[in-house]
Amino acid sequence: MGNHSFRDRWMNIPKLSFFSRSKLSGDFIFEAVVGFFALGIIVLAFLLFRELFIESGISKNTFGVSFLTTSTWDPVNEIFGALPFIFGTMVSSFLALLIAVPFSLGIAIYLSELAPEKLKIPLSFIIELLAAIPSVIIGLWGIFILAPFIRDYLAPPLSTYLGFLPLFQGPMYGLSMLTGGVILAIMIIPITSSISREAILTVPIHQREGALALGATGWETIRIAVLPYARSGIFGAVILGFGRAIGETMAVTMVIGNSPRISESLFSPSYTMASVIANEFVEATSKLYISSLIEIGFLLLVISVIVNIAARILVWKLLKVEGGGRA
Amino acid sequence: MNRLKTILILILAGVLLAGCVSTPPAQVQPTVQPTATVQPAKAPSTLTLNGAGATFPYPLISKWSSEYNKIKPNIQINYQSVGSGAGIKQITARTVDFGASDAPLTEQEYANVSGILQIPESLGAVVVAYNLPGIEKGVKLTGDVIADIFLGKIKKWNDHRIISLNSGIQFPDEDIIVAHRSDGSGTTFVFTDYLSAVSPDWKSKVGKGKSVNWQVGLGGKGNEGVAGLLSQIPYSIGYIELAYAKLQNISYSYIKNKAGNFIEPTLETTANAAADVVLTLPAGDTSWSSVSIVDAEGNNSYPVSSFTYLLVYKDQVDQTKGKTLAEFLWWAVHDGQKYSSGLLYVPLPNEIINLNEKTIKLMNYNGQSLIQG
Repeated sequence: MGNHSFRDRWMNIPKLSFFSRSKLSGDFIFEAVVGFFALGIIVLAFLLFRELFIESGISKNTFGVSFLTTSTWDPVNEIFGALPFIFGTMVSSFLALLIAVPFSLGIAIYLSELAPEKLKIPLSFIIELLAAIPSVIIGLWGIFILAPFIRDYLAPPLSTYLGFLPLFQGPMYGLSMLTGGVILAIMIIPITSSISREAILTVPIHQREGALALGATGWETIRIAVLPYARSGIFGAVILGFGRAIGETMAVTMVIGNSPRISESLFSPSYTMASVIANEFVEATSKLYISSLIEIGFLLLVISVIVNIAARILVWKLLKVEGGGRA
Repeated sequence: MNRLKTILILILAGVLLAGCVSTPPAQVQPTVQPTATVQPAKAPSTLTLNGAGATFPYPLISKWSSEYNKIKPNIQINYQSVGSGAGIKQITARTVDFGASDAPLTEQEYANVSGILQIPESLGAVVVAYNLPGIEKGVKLTGDVIADIFLGKIKKWNDHRIISLNSGIQFPDEDIIVAHRSDGSGTTFVFTDYLSAVSPDWKSKVGKGKSVNWQVGLGGKGNEGVAGLLSQIPYSIGYIELAYAKLQNISYSYIKNKAGNFIEPTLETTANAAADVVLTLPAGDTSWSSVSIVDAEGNNSYPVSSFTYLLVYKDQVDQTKGKTLAEFLWWAVHDGQKYSSGLLYVPLPNEIINLNEKTIKLMNYNGQSLIQG
């Protein structure tokens, strides 16, 4: 505070003495109150991290690193390995990004550059509304509509034409890694597309005018002048989508098949870290069992933190290289 | 001018904070205070009993709660269906007046709660349900065939071991798709308890528990999740609660019992299984960890069923509350049972009611029994 107080920063007022009026003024109290709120969140996050770390102690002592590298999840004999869940979370989330990113970019470009004025607001409103649908509703829709649709109409051509890839082999029952990825993609499209749209909207108009003046077509303008300028913002949107995908629980639990086995095929059922916690925590009674589930929660938190830090670093690097971009 | 602004902001923030921290006292209703104190010789004050635990008996306990409230308007019973595990945790921590569990307490759990009474308050059966297009309910199965299907050893519907049990039914040459619960549940406990009892192979490879290491299949969340899988996927097989299967009209199999008869799961055949074991049941204040009514002896007993339990402390610390609780339990195991069949729960056989009477009479305050009966 002191020489960085609100008034100094914004009004360029010379610093007053320690006992001056400004020190005890409403500004000071206000700054203290909002500072308390901001710190409160940091303290809360720290406590959460600490609690998960401590509570997962028994599991860490019992299994050590093998918790991360083994695939047996046997609550009866209390042998726990989290690898299938980590695998399921990462693969389903990447699959979701693979599907969602092209869609989101298309939506963002259309809404910011191409859509007629009359359509822009209602369309973006509807897409943002998609994010407000409770995930259990999306999950139910997944079970009754999407899973049978994928089983009957999407899986057969995939296995006919791309069946030589291990990705599309084996029987398909509807509930699978593929269905989980599609559900996640649908759930992250609103956030990635609306943030990408914001990023594209911040591109100054003279960028476009410059490109058009040089004779670029509409597509070239978007490709050369708009997208590179907005790329760090778009990248941020993609990472936020990824963050949502790895933490999503209810909808993906309902359609992924909940089977803790690692399979090359996207048609096989799988399991995610968030799902196993949601499924088994309530009925877990032994200390080691609870501790193992908490360790999965801890790992999930660590993975999200790593993903977010990696994203920041990438965005900074991009900013340096591109020069023109903005966060 | 600026000062005025910040003061305004502060006042607003203060109001907001106050709004978060406390509700205006006018909205607090005196009737829902959980710890009503004893008020002798006055108009009856409201007394609330709080319970938590298994989801399976929730509809029955809420029915009891509303019916009992009609008889004794000053007594309110709240039940949170948070799962057996959470129910056991809460009664162990004494944050509720009674707990409920679909499985008896394990030795370890029992050791953690000293002086707990286990009172079987109803019965549940688990059926093996399937989706075989064109084939109605009543496919006959034995325990070891079911175990081998769920172990992934029997892979096709037209396996000779299935065909030989069902003469006259044409089974398709299709893969069997196994559906099981993905969430920890008492239903899984009963089902795996049965398979462990009849199949040594199952016992050594998987064992019994509320969550187990499934060898094959897809996991659905809740009875509705498994029922959803069954209805969506032709040639699937899974296990669900009897009540749920009946309400949803799902086809289920008849299972061969210890006496060698194929038994249709009904309320009666499930009650028979309970009556078979009554002589071997322990006293209510001892460990029930080995109690199981699966694979019961009787001629007409359905083999996949179990008790669901209420958990209360033998030594009550509050006389009024303890007496109220004892009276409610007494009512639940007697008059309360008449609401069971309507909700597709199995009413307790008389032998079990007699046992429960003894158990409830053990409830005391400072050594004084809380109910005469």
